[in-house]
Amino acid sequence: MDATIAALLTQDGLTNGSIYCLLALALVLVFAVTRVIFVPQGEFVVFSALTLAAFEQNKLPGTVWLLIALAAVAAFADVLSLWREPKRMLRSMAGTSLPAALAALLVWGVASAQMSFAIQVLATIAAVTAMGPAVYRLAFQPIASATVLTLLIVSVAVHFVLTGLGLLFFGAEGVRTTAFTSESFTIGSVSISGQSLLVYAFTIFLVIAMGLFFKFTLFGKALRATAANRTGARLVGISPNFAGSLSITLSAAIGAVSGLLIGPIATIYYDSGFLIGLKGFVGAIVGGLASYPVAAAGAIFVGLVESFSSFWASAYKEVIVFTLIIPVLLWRSFTTTHSEEE
Amino acid sequence: MKRLSVTKILVLTVVALIAVAPMIAPAFYVTLLNYIGLYSLVALGLVLLTGVAGQTSFGQAAFVGLGAYTTAVLTTQYGWSPWLTLIVALAITLTVGYLLGLITLSMGGHYLPLATIAWGMSLYFLMGTIEQFGGFTGITGIPPVSLFGFSLERESHFYYFIWIVVLAALWAVANLLDSRPGRAIRALKQGTTMVEAFGVHPGRTKTAVFVIAAVLACLSGWLYAHLQRFVNPTPFGINQGIEYLFMAVIGGAVSVWGAVLGATFVTLLKTWLQDLLPKIIGEAGQFEIIVFGILLVLILQYARDGLMPFLQRFVPVTKRVLPAAGDRLQHRPMPAANEPVLSVAAARKTFGGLVAVGDVTFNVDAREIVGLIGPNGAGKSTCFNLISGALAATSGSIKFMGHELIGQPASAISKLGLARTFQHVKLVATMTVVENVALGAYLRGSKGIIASALRLNKEDETAALAEAMRQLQRVGLAEHAHDAASSLPLGKQRIVEIARALASDPILLLLDEPAAGLRFAEKQQLASLIKTLKGEGVTVLLVEHDMDFVMGVVDRLVVLNFGQKLAQGLPEAVQADPAVREAYLGA
Amino acid sequence: MSEALLEVSDLHVAYGQVEAVRRVSLSVPTGKIATVIGPNGAGKTTLLGAIMGLLPSHGTIRFAGERVEGYDTEALVRLGMTLVPEKRELFHEMTVLENLELGGFSRRRSGESRAALLNTLDEVFALFPRLKERQPQLAGTLSGGERQMLAVGRALMAKPKLLLLDEPSLGLAPLITRDILATIAKLRDTGLSVLLIEQNARAALKTADYGYVLETGELSLQGNADELLHDERVIATYLGKR
Repeated sequence: MDATIAALLTQDGLTNGSIYCLLALALVLVFAVTRVIFVPQGEFVVFSALTLAAFEQNKLPGTVWLLIALAAVAAFADVLSLWREPKRMLRSMAGTSLPAALAALLVWGVASAQMSFAIQVLATIAAVTAMGPAVYRLAFQPIASATVLTLLIVSVAVHFVLTGLGLLFFGAEGVRTTAFTSESFTIGSVSISGQSLLVYAFTIFLVIAMGLFFKFTLFGKALRATAANRTGARLVGISPNFAGSLSITLSAAIGAVSGLLIGPIATIYYDSGFLIGLKGFVGAIVGGLASYPVAAAGAIFVGLVESFSSFWASAYKEVIVFTLIIPVLLWRSFTTTHSEEE
Repeated sequence: MKRLSVTKILVLTVVALIAVAPMIAPAFYVTLLNYIGLYSLVALGLVLLTGVAGQTSFGQAAFVGLGAYTTAVLTTQYGWSPWLTLIVALAITLTVGYLLGLITLSMGGHYLPLATIAWGMSLYFLMGTIEQFGGFTGITGIPPVSLFGFSLERESHFYYFIWIVVLAALWAVANLLDSRPGRAIRALKQGTTMVEAFGVHPGRTKTAVFVIAAVLACLSGWLYAHLQRFVNPTPFGINQGIEYLFMAVIGGAVSVWGAVLGATFVTLLKTWLQDLLPKIIGEAGQFEIIVFGILLVLILQYARDGLMPFLQRFVPVTKRVLPAAGDRLQHRPMPAANEPVLSVAAARKTFGGLVAVGDVTFNVDAREIVGLIGPNGAGKSTCFNLISGALAATSGSIKFMGHELIGQPASAISKLGLARTFQHVKLVATMTVVENVALGAYLRGSKGIIASALRLNKEDETAALAEAMRQLQRVGLAEHAHDAASSLPLGKQRIVEIARALASDPILLLLDEPAAGLRFAEKQQLASLIKTLKGEGVTVLLVEHDMDFVMGVVDRLVVLNFGQKLAQGLPEAVQADPAVREAYLGA
Repeated sequence: MSEALLEVSDLHVAYGQVEAVRRVSLSVPTGKIATVIGPNGAGKTTLLGAIMGLLPSHGTIRFAGERVEGYDTEALVRLGMTLVPEKRELFHEMTVLENLELGGFSRRRSGESRAALLNTLDEVFALFPRLKERQPQLAGTLSGGERQMLAVGRALMAKPKLLLLDEPSLGLAPLITRDILATIAKLRDTGLSVLLIEQNARAALKTADYGYVLETGELSLQGNADELLHDERVIATYLGKR
């Protein structure tokens, strides 16, 4: 291997690693707030890429039907559980069904008016983000107090449902979205693609934005408070459902942006989400599902390992990635102390 | 004629149905039943591992693959007999399972399930990449199994083979759960403090359970290879691993039959959905996965513990026949009255800079009841944990019957003849009262997992249960022997804890706030029980803050405040001590 | 007695089969301190948890004239009831200032301005000058006494009508306990109503206006605080009869 190939592999690894990094951060966030290991994270990525692709092909994205379905079922669930308390019912609908319905309308409008690329991108982010509250409301809110194992099984089931819906509404074809830029730069003998740079820039921007959100906004602090102490959070008036819904919505938004970034780099199918999510997951695990910086570093490390092992032992790429986790897990398990439940 | 219990009738009906099924069911359903049998084996391992012992694994499919690939490679490429490969497959699984268990089971919290995903994924990709394994196309031409010269080539013949293995496995696991090591396994979910206090080694027990689950999965894989006569990596991937876990969770882990129920439910549901949905909706798509997922979510939202507990409500509970109370276990020599039993000298425990217990000194003599008291936060519980070995003292000495306890693990201390109860009652909710008490006699029995699974433990088991009954009679709860421990009121649960401690034949009984949360009448019963025990030669150290209760029970008091010994002596003297008054009522 | 802000009647709380609190009826008059004392394990914390909506219970709870049993904790905070729990439940990885800001979360959500919150913050700092010095420090690094101040301060940020206090003296040196209780008395004089739960009977009764004695889940005695202070029966519940 010479320096050029090494640089190329590093560039590839960093690009994928950046996307895994975003997903890892979202997974840590959701777990800290809700104790849900959020397997369907990858589906948000896929839906985002598929939505943008449909816009580009001048088709009506299946997202419209997906959002309408989520809105309708969530509204139905609210009526079932809260019909005796119309005020609370309406408030719950305003937080779940309404955003989903509005997003469906937006996607339909943007698609039928064939609006510009920038607006398509924004509509895509809005549409995928709007799925967050409905997913929380339908799948997790009714069993928010269950064990981590039960929540995990539900999470896997939700992943199945969303994958199935993905096939139903988007079809089985793979898509690749247009790159945001086709420029490339040369430094010495190494050429760096503009798309990669864009991915780095966006990742850095999002990481900083998340940092600012958690540090300076009331909602960001409320999420940190819930993660730190659930009872304490309730005592200052932060409802666990509010925090849970907010965290999954944020992770949907992060998934949406990740989907836009990965769309031009890899071909995305309706079922690509699992493996993408899993790699982000590996990063999150490295961070013990608790530490954001370690999770981010872990995810970038996964990207690099993947890229270099695909060069040396292409067939064993996945084996290497997943075997490497075990020693890391061991190390994490020994360095974090866990106390006996009392 | 002997009357059969409802449970037995149900089990016999199921076995009879399994026996006649190939004769009456269409071939398609025989195939399905074959798969259900194979899945049941894996789910059974998970019921034991995840449901009973509380260790989540997504990686079982990899063990299935290990079994299937071992026999596939050895029979097709080296011409070995399937029976020989079975032995090899089991040996490999034992080794891999033991090593993986050793590494991953020490991980706490959510690290274990994640680790199982990791090795599940890597073994899957490994199977697909190694050339000798035929890559993702797999290996064909695996020979059928033959039994005494009779080839089990036809599916309906292999069916009986599979189900005999499944029923044998159910029988063995049910036996295991209802035995000395089984009770230890069932207690693991409640945390390790309690089982350690009765001499169980939690790490070893968990590893054993993990290996059993792996072996069951490997067996299923071996059967699969000879049923299909063809293997490729797909059925051993992480998705199948997840599905096995679904089966165990949906079936419910209260009984080994939950595994069969879960496997049947998930398999039939998926088949029917694949069959029916296109007919209803008239379009091929992935509707079945959508409906399947939604149903899973709904089942878990409405029956968190799975289907089996849901169904069991309709089956009357049958009481098992218990041996009469008896005294068949060995006893240790007891010290004579006034011989020193426990002496605590300058014991100190610091947490960071905080001194929780500062150089406390006191002693307890044989057949004495000593109370360790003090206001909230005085260091009583810490002191108690130092003696029972739940915490290690920073300095000082704690001698019990001449043995230094500092540095000893709880299980070793328990062996010396020191038994404890817990402030927050730690009974195993899913076991009956008598089973909980029998757990106390763990160190007085010897039969291990294999002997128990094969029912070669009759004598050991009878002796342990007879001892448990004896202790229940001693504390006056014999009539509750069959009740679920969680169904008793708190006062009685505390007494059951005392019976469990007594079952270990202790020299010194440590009681951690035995009166907390009890009503007046319950406290009186408890006090008279403790006095009776003293009359029978038991030495008691109790930590308590209910002064009314303490005053009526103890011979001597030791008072702690802010981690220091404030006073000691006879109850009346301590009660009149102005320093004690101030500590309790505030200045 | 003035009109009651909180009125609890015939309250029962059960953990599975065990009834930890039985037939408890009590009231907290507006602008007064009522205290529930009793030995450890009597059910005091359970009682507060049930009033605050953290535990399910049976019975009626009336707060500021409204029936509130079955309400979420969050809804009760919005109505003006806050709890300083026995374990403090602070956000350890967050700064003192952030903990206090979050104390006002409910008010911000109901549309109150940041300025109004800053006013309350000044009041809290005036009450506990120590917290002002410690603003940028993480809550997890505070001493025991400072944590208790922060817990009370965080509860006050919600501008409650009723403050529920669970064992403020727990684990604190007598001098600090005295300071905290003096602060509570000062707050009462500004019109705040308080339900104080304490094991330290003397300190609690000296501060409170009215007292209840809880013994194994049931109220065994009640009366004016200064009368209970000298009642031999109170001493007996703590030190045993014999």
